[in-house]
Amino acid sequence: MVRNFPPDFVVRVDKEACINCMRCIRECPFGVHEYDKEKKRWKRHHDKCVACLRCAYMCPTQAISIERSPMEYSPHPVWTNRVRKDIKTQAETGAVILTAMGNELPYMSYFDRLVLDACQVTNPSIDPLREPMELRTYIGRKPEKVEIEEEDSSIRLRTKLAPNLKLETPIMFAHMSYGSISIEAHLSMARAAKEVGTYMGTGEGGMHVELYPYADHIITQVASGRFAVHEEYLKRGAAIEIKIGQGAKPGIGGHLPGKKVTEEISRTRMIPEGSDAISPAPHHDIYSIEDLSRLIYALKEATRYKKPVFVKIAAVHNVAPIAVGIIRAGADAVVIDGFRAGTGAAPQVHRDHHGIPIEAAIASVDRRLREEGIRHWGSIIASGGIRSSADVAKAIALGADAVYIGTAALIALGCTVCKKCYTGKCAWGIATQDPELRKRLDPEEGARRAANLLRAWSHELKEILGALGLNSIESLRSNRDRLRGVGLSEPELRVLGVKPAGE
Amino acid sequence: MEIPLRKARVSREDEFVVIDAKGVHYRELNELINELVERGERKLRLLNVNGQRYIADGLRCSDCYIEIHGVAGDDLAAFANGPTIVVYGDVQDGAGNTMNAGRIIVHGNGTDIIGHSMRGGEIFVRGHVGYRVGIHMKEYREQVPVLVVGGTAGDFLGEYMAGGRIVILGLERLETYPEIAGEWLATGIHGGAIYLRDEVDEDKLGYGAKTERLSHSDRRFLSEAVGKFCSCFSLNAEEVLNAEFTKVVPKSHRPFAEMYSDSKEG
Amino acid sequence: MLQKLSCTGYVRMCGLGGILNRYGERMPGREIIRMSCMMRDRYDGRGGGFAGYGIYPRYAEYYALHLFFRDEIAKERTEELLKDRVAIIKDEPVPMRRVKEIPQENIVWRYFVEVPHRFRDRREYLEKEEDYITELVFTINDCIDGAFVASSGKNMGVFKATGMPDAVAEMYKVEKYRAYCWITHGRFPTNTPGWWGGAHPFNLLDWSVVHNGEISSYGTNRRYLEAHGYKCRLLTDTEVVAYLFDLLVRRQGLSMRTAAVALTPPFWKQIERMPEPKRSAFTALRMTYSQAMLNGPFAVIITNRDTMVGLNDRIKLRPLIAASSEDCVYLASEEAAIREVENDIEKLWAPRAGNPVIARLNEEVREEVIH
Repeated sequence: MVRNFPPDFVVRVDKEACINCMRCIRECPFGVHEYDKEKKRWKRHHDKCVACLRCAYMCPTQAISIERSPMEYSPHPVWTNRVRKDIKTQAETGAVILTAMGNELPYMSYFDRLVLDACQVTNPSIDPLREPMELRTYIGRKPEKVEIEEEDSSIRLRTKLAPNLKLETPIMFAHMSYGSISIEAHLSMARAAKEVGTYMGTGEGGMHVELYPYADHIITQVASGRFAVHEEYLKRGAAIEIKIGQGAKPGIGGHLPGKKVTEEISRTRMIPEGSDAISPAPHHDIYSIEDLSRLIYALKEATRYKKPVFVKIAAVHNVAPIAVGIIRAGADAVVIDGFRAGTGAAPQVHRDHHGIPIEAAIASVDRRLREEGIRHWGSIIASGGIRSSADVAKAIALGADAVYIGTAALIALGCTVCKKCYTGKCAWGIATQDPELRKRLDPEEGARRAANLLRAWSHELKEILGALGLNSIESLRSNRDRLRGVGLSEPELRVLGVKPAGE
Repeated sequence: MEIPLRKARVSREDEFVVIDAKGVHYRELNELINELVERGERKLRLLNVNGQRYIADGLRCSDCYIEIHGVAGDDLAAFANGPTIVVYGDVQDGAGNTMNAGRIIVHGNGTDIIGHSMRGGEIFVRGHVGYRVGIHMKEYREQVPVLVVGGTAGDFLGEYMAGGRIVILGLERLETYPEIAGEWLATGIHGGAIYLRDEVDEDKLGYGAKTERLSHSDRRFLSEAVGKFCSCFSLNAEEVLNAEFTKVVPKSHRPFAEMYSDSKEG
Repeated sequence: MLQKLSCTGYVRMCGLGGILNRYGERMPGREIIRMSCMMRDRYDGRGGGFAGYGIYPRYAEYYALHLFFRDEIAKERTEELLKDRVAIIKDEPVPMRRVKEIPQENIVWRYFVEVPHRFRDRREYLEKEEDYITELVFTINDCIDGAFVASSGKNMGVFKATGMPDAVAEMYKVEKYRAYCWITHGRFPTNTPGWWGGAHPFNLLDWSVVHNGEISSYGTNRRYLEAHGYKCRLLTDTEVVAYLFDLLVRRQGLSMRTAAVALTPPFWKQIERMPEPKRSAFTALRMTYSQAMLNGPFAVIITNRDTMVGLNDRIKLRPLIAASSEDCVYLASEEAAIREVENDIEKLWAPRAGNPVIARLNEEVREEVIH
C-alpha cells in the first residue's frame, strides 16, 4: 500500500547561498538532510522535519528556511489533516500515539479572558522602581494563630512553625526529570533558582550529584516509580513533592525507555543501566486518601518533620474536594497542574482530552479551602501553561500562592516547542542524553537566561502590583476583585469568582 | 470514651533498651527510638506494639537491632537504610516500603504491598502475605533485594518487578485458595525473578511474564536464601529445598515497547 | 511537643470495624468504641458512627426510626407524615450528652412504629410491609426539608454525627447500649461535605453499611437503583451498597453469597476457566447485574438482623481483616483494632479480594470462595 502521509513541513534551501559545508547534516538529529557524495546531490527528507529550526539557525549562510507544507489532504472540517494522519499511523502500527509538550486542541484560555485592574484617581498607583515592592512568598503550613510570650520589653515566639519554603519570587521551576531532560538543563535551572532565591523540582528522576551544591534550592520528588527515593535523597532537598498526577496525562503513568537509561541516569535513579524505568499509573501504596496520608507522614517521619511535603495532582473535575482532602491528609502544599501542562512524553489522547483548565481549578480549590476554614493549612501552587508574568498575576489573584513554570523555562533555555522531547533527539540539547547534542546547551548561559526570565517576570509582577496600588504580593492573593472577565458566561464567571468587565 | 494515651515506659535488660509501647502513639514511639539510636543505643526491644506505624522509617543504622513484640503497623521500616528488625507477630501493609538496606524478619503473617519498591536488603516472612507483594521491586548494582515468604502470596505478586528476587515457599496453604500465589502473577515484570516452590499454571502469569528452567546459579541462590530463611525460623533447609521450584522471569526488559507510536515516525 | 491525643491523631483515614456475637449475646458498646479508637489515625474527624443490633428488645417487633431534625418545624412536619402513614407506639428523644467537640446541630428523636392492617390497602403499601417503610423513609429524606432518617430497622439503631467516633459515642452514650452486633466507622471524606447524614453507617430497614474507599461506579449503580424505585439523595457513594443489598437479597431473594457474586464478580478470564454449570451461572450473573457491579477501591461491612458480611473490591485496593474467637467474629481495617479488644483470637486472616466473609448467628464464620 502507498503511504500517503503528506509531510508537515518542507525544507527550502537557497541553492545559490548553500556552500555544501554539511553543517545542516551534523546539526539535524532527525536525519532530514542527506548528501550523496557520488552524485553530488542533496536530498531533503521533508517528512522527518519537525521544525525545530536548528539547521536554519546554524547554517553559516542562512540558506535554509522551514515552511509549512503546502501539500495537504482535501480540506474537511471534521476529518482534519491531523485526524487523518493519526488514523493512518494507528492503522499502520496498532499503537498508541505518543506526543510531547502541552494540549494542542484549541480550548479557550481563561487567562486571556481575564483582565487586571489598575488605579486611577481614587487610589494611587505605586512606582516599584522607587518604592518598596515585595514578592516574598512562604510555601507551607501556617498556624491558626500565633502564641507570643511577652516579658517586659522582650517578646518570644511560643508557637512552633511548620517548615516552609521561602521564595523571593512566587515562581518556581517545575518538576522535569533528569532523564527526560539533560543534566545541563537541570544545572541551568538549579543555578538560576539559587541565584534568584527560588526553587526547582527534580522530577522523578532523582538528583544528580552535580546538583548537590544547589540542594537547598531543590524540591525532590517521590513519584510512583520511586526512582532514586532514598533517605539521603529525601533529607538532602529543601522539600519533598509526592507526584500523584500531572496535567498533561492525568490518571496514567509513564516510562523512560531503557535506551535512555545511560550510566549517569542509572546512577541517579538507582536502577540498572538500560532497563526500562516504569512509573505505574497510581502509587501502589496509595489507593485512597488515607493511604496518601500514610505516605505523607512516612516521609515526614523519615525526614524527622523538617521538610514540607507537597502533593501534586492533575486538575480534574473533582479537583476541589480532592485538594481539600490532600491538605487535610497533612500536605503542606497542593500543586495543581492544569490541562495545558507540558510533558516530555504522553499519549496524545490523554494530553488533549483529560483534565480541566488551571484557572478554574485554582479558583475552586481556593474557594473550597476557605469555605472549610483550612486555607492556612497549606499553600496552592499552580502550574500548567503559565506563559507570562500576567498569567502569574492572574493565577495569584485567583487564589494561588505561587506557580511552577516548565515549558516557559525550557523555552528560555532554547527550546522551540517542536514536540519531539520523547525521541531523546532534542536538537537544542535540552530533552536529550546524547553527549553530542547535550553540548549545545551551556549551563552557564542557560542559568543566565533562566535567571533573567525570573527577574524579568518578577519585575513585571512588581509593575503590575504597582498599577494595582499594592506593594506586596500577598495583597493580590485571592483578590479576585481586581480581576474582570471579558466574554465569559455566567457559570464560568461564577466558577472563577470574578465579575464581568464593566460591573 | 477516651483511650488514654501515655508515655512509653523505658527500662534496660542486658544490652537491650526495652520500651513498653502499650497505648503509645506512633509519633512518640518513633521519636523515642530515633533519640535512643542517636544516643548510641543499638539494641531495642519494643513490647506490646499494636498497630503503631512507621517504626524505623528512614533509619540509617546498619548495626541497629530492633525487636518488635506484637503487630507492627503500616510502613514498617519504610525508606530504612540498614537496621535489622525482628517482628514476633504480624506486620501490616507496606512493611519495607522503598527500603534501601536492612533486614526485616517476621514470625507471623504480612498483608498487602510488603516490600513495595524495595531496592536492597532482605525481608523474611514466616507466614502468608497479601496482595501486590514485592510490587515494583528494583535492584541497583550490588543491591539486590531478597524477599522470602514461608506461606503463600495473594494476587499481583511482583507486579511491575524491575529487579531483585522473590521466593515463595508455600509451606502452608490457605483453605480458601490453596495455590502458592494468586492471579496476575508478575504482571508487567521487566527485571528480577520470582521462585515458587510449586508448579504454576501458565494462565496465572500476568502480562510480560514467562516461566523458565532453573539454572545452577538459581539453585545456588535458592540454597543460600532459603538457608538463611530457615535458620531464622528453625526450619530444616534441606527438606524445604528438596522440591520442584518454578522460576518466573520477564519475557523482555521492555514489556511495553510496542505500545507507542510516533505519528511522525509512523 | 505532642498534643493530647484522644481520637485525634496525626494521620487521618477512613476506618471500619464490626463485631458479631455468634450466640446472639448482647455486648455493651465499650468494645466497639475501643476498636474504633484504635484506628484513630485513619480519620479526620468529619464523621463517625455506630450501628447496634439488639438494642431495643422491649420494642423488638416495631420499626425503630432514628431521626435528625434541623429544627422544630422539620420535626412537626415529619410527625404529621408519620401519623398519617404509621402507628407510633412510642417516641422520645435519643438520650444524649453535650460534648464540646460536636456542635448540637440537630434534634435527635426516635420513634417506634408499626404499620396497622387498615393501612395495607393503601397505594403506598406495595407488596410488602418493608417496601411501605422504605417509601416512608424516602419520602421523609426527599420531601421534608431538614429531616433525615438515620435508621429504620427493627431492634436496631444508628448513632452518627460529624466528629471523631469517640466523641460521637460519648454524645450518644453508646457504651450504655447492648447489642449482639456492632459496626463502626470513622470518616475522612473527600467527595462530599461532612454532615451528620453523610456519616456512616448508612442504613435502610435492617441493612446497615460502613464503607472505606470510593465506589467509582456510583453513577452507574445509582441509575440502576433508581430504575428500581430507590432514591439516592444522600450525596454519597455508600448508600448504593445498602440499596443494592436490599434489592438483591430482600426483594430479589438472592443469597448473600450470590449477591456478592453479582456485586464483585470474578473477571471474565476467571469465569471462562470455571467448569460447568458454574460457568453459565456466573456468566448469567455478570450479564444480568452488570450495572450493579461495584467498581473502585472499597472495603465494606454490611449487616442485617442476623448477618455481618465483609467484602472487598475485586482487586483488593482497601484493607480488611477478619478474625474469630470462641464467641465473636470481628472485621476491621486493621489487625491492631481487633487485637485491642480480643486476646483469645482463634483465627485471623486477610480475606481474598471479592470473597465475602459471612458471619451469621449460630453459624461458623466462613469466607465464601467466589474468586
